[in-house]
Amino acid sequence: MAGSDRRAAAAARHRLLPEGRVAGPMPWIIAIMMFLTVLSAAAGLGLGAAVQAMDADLAGRATVQIVEANAEQRDRLSASVAAALRKVAHVRAVHPVAASALADQIRPWLGQDAASGDLPIPALIDIELTPGQTDAKVERLRRQLGAVSPKIRIEPHAAFLAPLAGLLSALGWLAAGIVLLMTLATGAVVVLAARAAHDSHRGTIDVLHLMGATDVQIARLFQRRIGLDALFGGALGFTVALLVILLLGARLLATGSELLSAIHLPWESWAILAALPVGGVLLATLAARWTVLRSLGRLL
Amino acid sequence: MSAIVQFENVGLRYGLDSETLSDVSFSLASGGFYFLTGASGAGKTSLLKLLYLAQRPSRGVIRLFGEDVVTLPRKRLPGFRRRIGVVFQDFRLVPHLSVYDNIALPLRVAGMEEAEIDAPVSEMLNWVGLGDRGQARPATLSGGEQQRVAIARAVIGRPEILVADEPTGNVDADMARRLLTLFEALNRLGTTIVVATHDLPLMAQISSAQMMKLDKGRLSDPTGSLRYPPRPQVAG
Repeated sequence: MAGSDRRAAAAARHRLLPEGRVAGPMPWIIAIMMFLTVLSAAAGLGLGAAVQAMDADLAGRATVQIVEANAEQRDRLSASVAAALRKVAHVRAVHPVAASALADQIRPWLGQDAASGDLPIPALIDIELTPGQTDAKVERLRRQLGAVSPKIRIEPHAAFLAPLAGLLSALGWLAAGIVLLMTLATGAVVVLAARAAHDSHRGTIDVLHLMGATDVQIARLFQRRIGLDALFGGALGFTVALLVILLLGARLLATGSELLSAIHLPWESWAILAALPVGGVLLATLAARWTVLRSLGRLL
Repeated sequence: MSAIVQFENVGLRYGLDSETLSDVSFSLASGGFYFLTGASGAGKTSLLKLLYLAQRPSRGVIRLFGEDVVTLPRKRLPGFRRRIGVVFQDFRLVPHLSVYDNIALPLRVAGMEEAEIDAPVSEMLNWVGLGDRGQARPATLSGGEQQRVAIARAVIGRPEILVADEPTGNVDADMARRLLTLFEALNRLGTTIVVATHDLPLMAQISSAQMMKLDKGRLSDPTGSLRYPPRPQVAG
C-alpha cells in the first residue's frame, strides 16, 4: 500500500468515530491528574535526593565536645584530644572549630555576650571517619575519649538529623504513594471514559459489528482516540507542572538554606518525570483497549 | 442448488418472555429470492436477526454456508457477517459519516485498500441515484434517500446473502420498483435475497421469488404455497 493510500485509509478509519477531541472533559481531567502526578513525583524524587545527599554528607562525621568550664583547661584538653585523634587510624580528618566561629553561631541567640569569654562554651572538634561501620568506630572513640576524660563527648552528626531525615524520607514515600494513587485514578478515569464513549457510540459499534468488524478493529478506534486525548492532557499537565517545579526550584535556591538547597532533582529524576506523560498515554491506551474489548466481548 | 441457510427447530426467547419464534425450520437455496411476510409482531425482524447473526437462538440449529453458527466460536462470526449484507428497517446509517463513507464502510471493514474503494462506491452512488450527494450527511437526506444509502451499503460488498427488513417502506412506488430491480440484478449474480415485507404488490413483481409467512412466531407455511400470487414450491 502506497504512503498516501495508507494515510487515506487511516484518515477514513479515524472518521468512524466523530471528532471532538479536547472538547470532552477527559483531556482536561488527564491534564490535571498529570500535573498533580508530576508534582508529587518531583516532590518524592527531590526529597529522596535530599535524604541521600544528607546521608552522604553526614555519614562518617562526628563532633567531639570538650565540656570544661575552665577555659585554660578546656583549650589544653582540646589540643591534646585533637592531636590524639589525628593519630587514630580510622579518623580521616580533624577540624577543631575556632572559638570565634562558635561565638558567631550562638551570637543570634545570646547576643554580643557570647564572645565575652564569661560564658563557658564547650570546645568542639569536627572529625571525619573513614567510610563504613560509623557506629562502631564512634563507639570505639567514645570509649577511648571517655578514658581520657569524662568531660569529653562524641556525637555522630547523623544522630542530630535523623528525625529530619526520617521526616523527609516519610514525605518522599507519601509522594510515591500519591503518584501510585494518581496512576490508579487515571486508569479508572480512562476506563470510565472508554465505557462512556463505548455507550455513546453504541449505534456505530453495532453497525460495524454487524458488518463483520472484529473486536480489535473497533477497540483500535477507541484506543487511538483516548490515546490522543491522554497525549494532549499529559503534555499539558506535564508542561504546567514543569513550570511550577522550575519556579519552586528557583525559590528554594533563593532561600539560601543549605537544607532546602539539598532538595534538588538529578538528571535521572528528570528522566523519570519526562517518562510520566509517556507512561500516562500508554496506560490510557491500554486501559481503553481493555475496557472496549471487555464491553465488546459481552456482545454476540 | 445447495442450501445456504438452514434453520432446524429454531426457537428464540427474550429473557423470561414466551418464545418470539418457535420451531422454525426451513432452508434457503443458494441464489434464491425469498420474501418473508407476516403481521407486525409475528417475528420477522427476530428471524432476520438470527439470519444476520445479531442474535443467537435459544434452541435449535442454524447453518449458514454449511456451518453451524449457533456453536460457532465468537471470534469466527465476523468472517460470516462479512458475507451477509443487511438493510436495516431503521437504516442505521452512521450519522457523522458522509453518504460516501457510509457506503464505503463494509469495504473498509473488510480491509480493502483505499485506492480500490472509490470506483465501486462511486458506481453504487450513481446506481442508487445519489451521485451528487456523496458528501452529504445522512441527516440532510430524505427518508427514501437514506434507505437507498442503506441499500447501497448493504450490497457494495457483493454479499452472498442480502437480508432486507422492509426495504421499500420509505420510498415511493417508482423507487420501490428500482430497488427491486436492483435486488433482482444482484440475485442474478448469485446473491441469495431475503426480504421481509408487507408489500404484496412488491412481492408480485418477482416471479421467481418464494414466500415464507410467519404467524405468531411460527412459520405457517414453509412450502411457499402462500406466496403471492400462490406458487407451490419448497425452498432448498
